[in-house]
Amino acid sequence: MSTVLKTENIDKFFYSPVEFQVLKKIQLEAKKGEFLTMVGKSGCGKSTLLYILSTMDTDYKGNLYLDNQLVTGLSTDELAKLRNEKIGFVFQFHYLLPEFTCLQNVMIPALKLGKYSEKEIEEKAYQKLEILGVKDQALKLSSKLSGGQQQRVAIARALINDPLIIMGDEPTGNLDSKNTNMVFDIFQNLTQNFGQTIIAVTHDEEFSRKSDRIIEMIDGQIH
Amino acid sequence: MNINTKIAQTYVVSNKKLTAVAVLGVLLGMSVYIFMNCMLVGFDKSSNSSIFKSTAHIRIYKDDEICEVIPKETDETFLIVNPKTVPNKNTILNPKMICELIQKEKGVKIVTPQVSSSVFYNNGKSQIAGLAVGIKPDEANNMFDIKSFIVEGNFNNLKLTQNGIIIGSGIASKMNLSINDNINLTSTKSTNKTFKVIGIFKTNNNAIDKSKAYINIRSAQELLQENDNFISDINVSVLKPDDAEKISKKLTIITGYKAESWSKANESLMAAFKMRKIVITFVSFTILLVAGFGIYNILNMTISQKINDIAILKAIGFKGKDVVQIFVTQAITIGCIGVVGGIIAAIILITILKNVYIGGDLGYFPIDYEFLEFLQGIAIGFVITFLAGYIPAKKAANIDPVSIFRK
Ligand SMILES: Nc1ncnc2c1ncn2[C@@H]1O[C@H](COP(=O)(O)OP(=O)(O)O)[C@@H](O)[C@H]1O
Ligand SMILES: [Mg+2]
Repeated sequence: MSTVLKTENIDKFFYSPVEFQVLKKIQLEAKKGEFLTMVGKSGCGKSTLLYILSTMDTDYKGNLYLDNQLVTGLSTDELAKLRNEKIGFVFQFHYLLPEFTCLQNVMIPALKLGKYSEKEIEEKAYQKLEILGVKDQALKLSSKLSGGQQQRVAIARALINDPLIIMGDEPTGNLDSKNTNMVFDIFQNLTQNFGQTIIAVTHDEEFSRKSDRIIEMIDGQIH
Repeated sequence: MNINTKIAQTYVVSNKKLTAVAVLGVLLGMSVYIFMNCMLVGFDKSSNSSIFKSTAHIRIYKDDEICEVIPKETDETFLIVNPKTVPNKNTILNPKMICELIQKEKGVKIVTPQVSSSVFYNNGKSQIAGLAVGIKPDEANNMFDIKSFIVEGNFNNLKLTQNGIIIGSGIASKMNLSINDNINLTSTKSTNKTFKVIGIFKTNNNAIDKSKAYINIRSAQELLQENDNFISDINVSVLKPDDAEKISKKLTIITGYKAESWSKANESLMAAFKMRKIVITFVSFTILLVAGFGIYNILNMTISQKINDIAILKAIGFKGKDVVQIFVTQAITIGCIGVVGGIIAAIILITILKNVYIGGDLGYFPIDYEFLEFLQGIAIGFVITFLAGYIPAKKAANIDPVSIFRK
């Protein structure tokens, strides 16, 4: 199995209000098709690490490799392109564009990528929404949906470009157990049948127990 | 359609109120700017046309000369120490040749000689001081469009009637004269000559109407007891009045006589025009600038409302320049609607004002649809909306998405 994500000694400091090291010598490797969950107490640095892994945060020490390419030091434009193609991200809180319909929200990353025609993208977006059980909400404004529905639309959006890695910061935080199980099954299907890699922060013990590997984080270190 | 454009469009449409307010700002700024500048052009045109009814673009004449002081080099006592004007005749020598010389100059349209003479108009016991201008009727008409302000009689008769005279309406009413009446003129040389009124003119300048008369050039020479080589002025009209000053300088050198441009001859009036121009330009530009600040504010507001959206877009792979494009597109869209609206509003304003009768010297309000002013307004409008969008958009492009997600 090839490696799709690797970190070398990642350190991260915050300087205000006081200098303090959030992440200490993070060594992490994720294989293609692996389903990883990350657990740890609130405030131990999970979100911070995920922002670095997703290339949005570039202010760290150490090296980050994505798809065997060193991405540390790339320009923000290059990183943006890379995120668009290779990374799907589900945020801790449901982050959709409120003035767009659910369908449009899901389509936007694919339209940006510009690999398929609008027609194909729309079809694909409907598929993803259907998998997540929110197809009937497709044409509603995203701000009109409940929190759980919004989170599922956000997951659909993360999947639209068939990314190499899907990262989620408590992607099931707003879902009931039925929908949590559904999302787990979707993720498992993606890893097992499509070779995509999942890294998800979760507080749901059952969710993490069923995943391929658990990374436990304590005070900015991986154990 | 490009995804950035699509997002921009959604923002324009989904925030109808903000869009409307911003559009209204551009619309008002644009229309007032265009309107005021058209008005300025109208004012200038109307003032110039009233000047050009009696002033040539360039007037060439023999200036008074002051004799030189003879320097005291010897011990002789009879030196001139108190210089005075030399009692020269104010005539242009060899006028035909000089006229031809001027005509060859680039930018010169019409050249016509003129003899003016201070006179007294006598009719019975009443007497008015004034100025009789001897002209070559056709050439002078081409230059000053005299026919356009003839109110009675026929200008063409001046050619046929050697002792014909066209008098100002003020003289006519004061002396109770009408067409075919006789009037007696006395010149400074005490020559008396009787003329027959063949026309009455009325300019928009009372002082001129009360004192001026047109006669044939030969009659004017006779009044002054001069031969037909005597010419007091040569009037020159040029293709572009604004070039008059430049050309006049050249003519001074070429002819050796004083060539005075209309703007020099009306210097104090020109100063007033200039002031008017500065005030209107300044005010209209300020209004446009205020409109620009309006859009700038509104876009700034939109961007701070959309800070979450921007963070998401950047997270899913939009670059800084995409973000700039989105918000600049929004600004330009607002600008386009505002500019079109502004043009329509300006046209309506001008149309209304054009038909307002002011009376007096002006007649209808002097304003017209000035293409260049419209073009200038549109260009400045777009530049301002672009900047008003670009500056906040640039700031938005530098937003760090992580700092937004952490909140
Ligand atoms: N911008 C910041 N400046 C300073 N400290 C921060 C900032 N963001 C987060 N932290 C701190 O870093 C630690 C890790 O935060 P986070 O990664 O969000 O934890 P988790 O996601 O594991 O709950 C926390 O102690 C938090 O207070
Ligand atoms: Mg967190």
